[in-house]
Amino acid sequence: MHTFAELIIVFIILLDLALAVTGGLSSCIKLVALQGVVAGLLPLLAGSGAPHPRAVVFALVIITLKGVVFPSLLARARDRSGARKDVEPLISYPASIMLCLGAFIASSWMGSRLPLPETNIAWIVPASLATIFTGFLLITTRSKAITQVLGYLVIENGIYIFGLALFVEQPMMVELAILLDVFVAVFVMGIAIFHISREFDHIDTAELSELNDWRRGEYGK
Amino acid sequence: MIITLMLLPLAAGILSFLIRDDNTRRTLLLWTARGHFLLTAVIIYTTLALGFVFIGEPPAVVWFDYDALGLLFIGITSLLFLGASHYAVTYLALEKRDPGEDADDGSIFNNAPEAVFTGCLLLFLAAMTAVTASRHMGLLWASVEATTLLSAPLIYFHRHKRSLEATWKYLLICSVGIALALMGNLFLGAAGLKTGSGLDLGSLLAHAAILDKPLLKAAFLFLFVGYGTKMGLSPFHTWLPDAHSEAPAVVSALLSGALLNCAFLGILRVNAVCAAAGLADFTGGILILFGMFSLITAALFILGQRDYKRLLAYSSIEHMGILALGVGLGGGAVFAALLGALSHSLTKAGLFFTSGVVLACEKTKRITDVRGLWRRAPRTAVLWLGGFFLITGMPPSGIFLAKFLILKEAMAQKHYWLAGVFLFFLAMLFAGMAKVFISMTFGEREAKPGEKPFAEPAGMLVPAAIFFACVIFLGLFMPAWLSGLIQNATGNI
Amino acid sequence: MEIIKPAVQFLAVMLLSPLLLGVINRVKAFFAGRRGQPLMQLYFELFKLFQKTPVYSRTTTWVFRAGPVIGVSAMVTALAILPFAGRPSFLAFDGDFIFLIYLLGLARFATVLAALDTGSAFEGMGASREMQFAVFSEPAFFLGLAALARATGQSSLAGMFGVLTGDLWRTAAPVLALLTASFFIVLLAENSRVPADDPNTHLELTMIHEVMVLDHSGPELAYILYGAALKLWFFGSLIACMVLPRHSGSWASDSGLFLLAMFVVAAAVGVTESVLARLRLTKVPYMLITAFAFSALALIFQVGR
Repeated sequence: MHTFAELIIVFIILLDLALAVTGGLSSCIKLVALQGVVAGLLPLLAGSGAPHPRAVVFALVIITLKGVVFPSLLARARDRSGARKDVEPLISYPASIMLCLGAFIASSWMGSRLPLPETNIAWIVPASLATIFTGFLLITTRSKAITQVLGYLVIENGIYIFGLALFVEQPMMVELAILLDVFVAVFVMGIAIFHISREFDHIDTAELSELNDWRRGEYGK
Repeated sequence: MIITLMLLPLAAGILSFLIRDDNTRRTLLLWTARGHFLLTAVIIYTTLALGFVFIGEPPAVVWFDYDALGLLFIGITSLLFLGASHYAVTYLALEKRDPGEDADDGSIFNNAPEAVFTGCLLLFLAAMTAVTASRHMGLLWASVEATTLLSAPLIYFHRHKRSLEATWKYLLICSVGIALALMGNLFLGAAGLKTGSGLDLGSLLAHAAILDKPLLKAAFLFLFVGYGTKMGLSPFHTWLPDAHSEAPAVVSALLSGALLNCAFLGILRVNAVCAAAGLADFTGGILILFGMFSLITAALFILGQRDYKRLLAYSSIEHMGILALGVGLGGGAVFAALLGALSHSLTKAGLFFTSGVVLACEKTKRITDVRGLWRRAPRTAVLWLGGFFLITGMPPSGIFLAKFLILKEAMAQKHYWLAGVFLFFLAMLFAGMAKVFISMTFGEREAKPGEKPFAEPAGMLVPAAIFFACVIFLGLFMPAWLSGLIQNATGNI
Repeated sequence: MEIIKPAVQFLAVMLLSPLLLGVINRVKAFFAGRRGQPLMQLYFELFKLFQKTPVYSRTTTWVFRAGPVIGVSAMVTALAILPFAGRPSFLAFDGDFIFLIYLLGLARFATVLAALDTGSAFEGMGASREMQFAVFSEPAFFLGLAALARATGQSSLAGMFGVLTGDLWRTAAPVLALLTASFFIVLLAENSRVPADDPNTHLELTMIHEVMVLDHSGPELAYILYGAALKLWFFGSLIACMVLPRHSGSWASDSGLFLLAMFVVAAAVGVTESVLARLRLTKVPYMLITAFAFSALALIFQVGR
């Protein structure tokens, strides 16, 4: 059974690597959705014995949100923004994948150093840390607003997996509040992307650079 | 009672999305703010009268409750919102008449619908109330994230591309920061796994001694970075100047005066747990380090500043640094930090209110374009200059008292270097800001052709004046109940 | 030590390896809706080429003539080391997998030198591309074998595949799955199969491997073709051993199963070639870096286990 959970973990890491090299915006959205679904399934598949009904309900909510709602919201934002179809990374794909691998090595080192309670699934802590790193990679090295939202979602996935690793039981109310927040965040960001594309005719955040301390006073000339 | 306090702005916020008439909605905003303030006052009064006995060993998980610290912060927030609502009513009426135009490209602002603005304003208040009342770290997290999401539309009130840029940076940087805080919450939960306390604050504090120390440290670091981003501590502050400069003045005032405090409360909560677990030195060191760094960053960036709202934003970073420094030093400085939080909120809100009037008068945020304010808008000019003296810590004011007490504590703890650097950068800040404020207030003004005399809107100036008066009053005479409240609050850190 | 069985195994490899290319071509033809070449096409070609007299350009030296011979001998040696159906061959020894990698490198080196010796800019370009991709595929392959050695705790290939049983797949499935994927990508790239290179193309701008051997003719071309078939067998048998961890104990049934697996691998290559388009030249390194990432991940997993 644990080998199966391990396979899922490997799959999640491979999704991280895939996110680092994928050039298509649509495939990126799908990959993030897939990762969310897999992460949502993890508690059901990894546990021994029949899962608690509450866990099933919760997993269903997560899977619907991350697998259906978020991708469709983001796809809408992408369509309405008329963005180009590729993610336009600021660094090359090989560099991305090397960074991702480096992040994984670093996280497995960190995972072995952190004084965490024993987990029954090997590699779940490094995988979650690597996922968080990948999210940061997406936010910092991709120029589109939409990929930054994707990066945020990947970070969220990583934190979710990390939470599973630590067995931190949160009360239902808190978990739902967290999910609601993430949902609203994606919703608001989607709206913001729409406005950005309308205002600037693109959603390239590298161009969002009018506000700073040094070149102040140049705009409008 | 506490639930009512949260539900009141929540219901009013939802209602204001539905109301069509602007005047009715503005009345609703005013009366909600007044009701909220009244309720807060009643809660503070009853709790003070009863003493702080209600947080003992709770029979079950308590979601929302107030300790002295929470009361202090909700008091600040509610008072600030009361002023802001009065300001906002006048501001919205003015904006409705004349949306104004961008100073740089001359485009006329296409403001967001007033219903959205008012609704988000009220929901924002509800979220901040929830932050101050949360007795559960998970709930606190969710509320802080909610404040981010609800205030983002407020920053984008002027539908202009610069405010959009600011909104985007604010949303993204704060959301990612808060995501890290979630990670910190997980560490905190893991640290308390043995005690079975989950993330319940009371239970964590009660079992602090047996928490897992290394995990607790990790939790503090993550929560510090997460909430520190929201609070605007340098080097995580990058969103703050943009958002404060592009938002309408009333929103900047709320962000600076209320929201930053709420984020600070998140840090204080985990700091309390760490201190109870005997990690006070560790957390204190980090708070001092980042506090000083924020102070230095603010001082350096204020020197070359060309936009007066950004200048105020950097001043907020400075004060957040001072708060962190005070809490980090511990002892008497904690009292000073809380007093500083209170005075800074009032002063900065007043200054942002005034800056809104200056903007309405001069139609520009560029410092060099504003000259001789006292000729054109004398009352505004008096407030502007007065606010400057208060914020830089001239006596008599609460801020002076706070800075002085922190300096005294640093000396008492033999941190002479720290005290010296602190004083040096305070002087630098004073000099940098003095140049700006004096040149804006005095200086030779060239009358632009066809300029109409500016009628200073009383509704926008009175709240600022009252706040400034409160701060001066705090510096001269502190009522016993307030110092008792702050003293009690220091016990919660 | 037995002599008969390894000898039979070796002979079978030498004889059967050209058949793999036939299988691949038939699968591709099936997908394209053609009848395709006969299965034995490569045998016919080899037979034809051996009867011809080679032609040499005046600018070439002995290096050019030595290339194909060294290449094919290196491959023959490699196959004499490679285990067959998880059983050791003639020359198996501890650490032989490192030797194997060097043999592959030697074959590549000889081919590239021979290509450069023609003095043609065109072949030089092919040589440069070949080396460029080798830079990516060799570390992937090497790391993969290292991870396998680590997973099985053995330092000879025969040992590794001897230990590789169903139990290991149950406990270390992620590692083995990653390695299989990595080896398959390396197989495609090293044998100039479709996503990396197209063995059928003779379009100058896109050729990689084929362009290096354009000047060879007669028996030397036959050596090169035969060497390529052996190389395909080499990588194919690695994958077959990975995915076929059953050892019944009976030599005949094991060998039969193994041969079947080899043809399945060949068919898989054919399917891959049919469903994928050739990658743009600049994207090929990405594919190999992916293989490298798979191997590296497998190694990290194994080391941290």
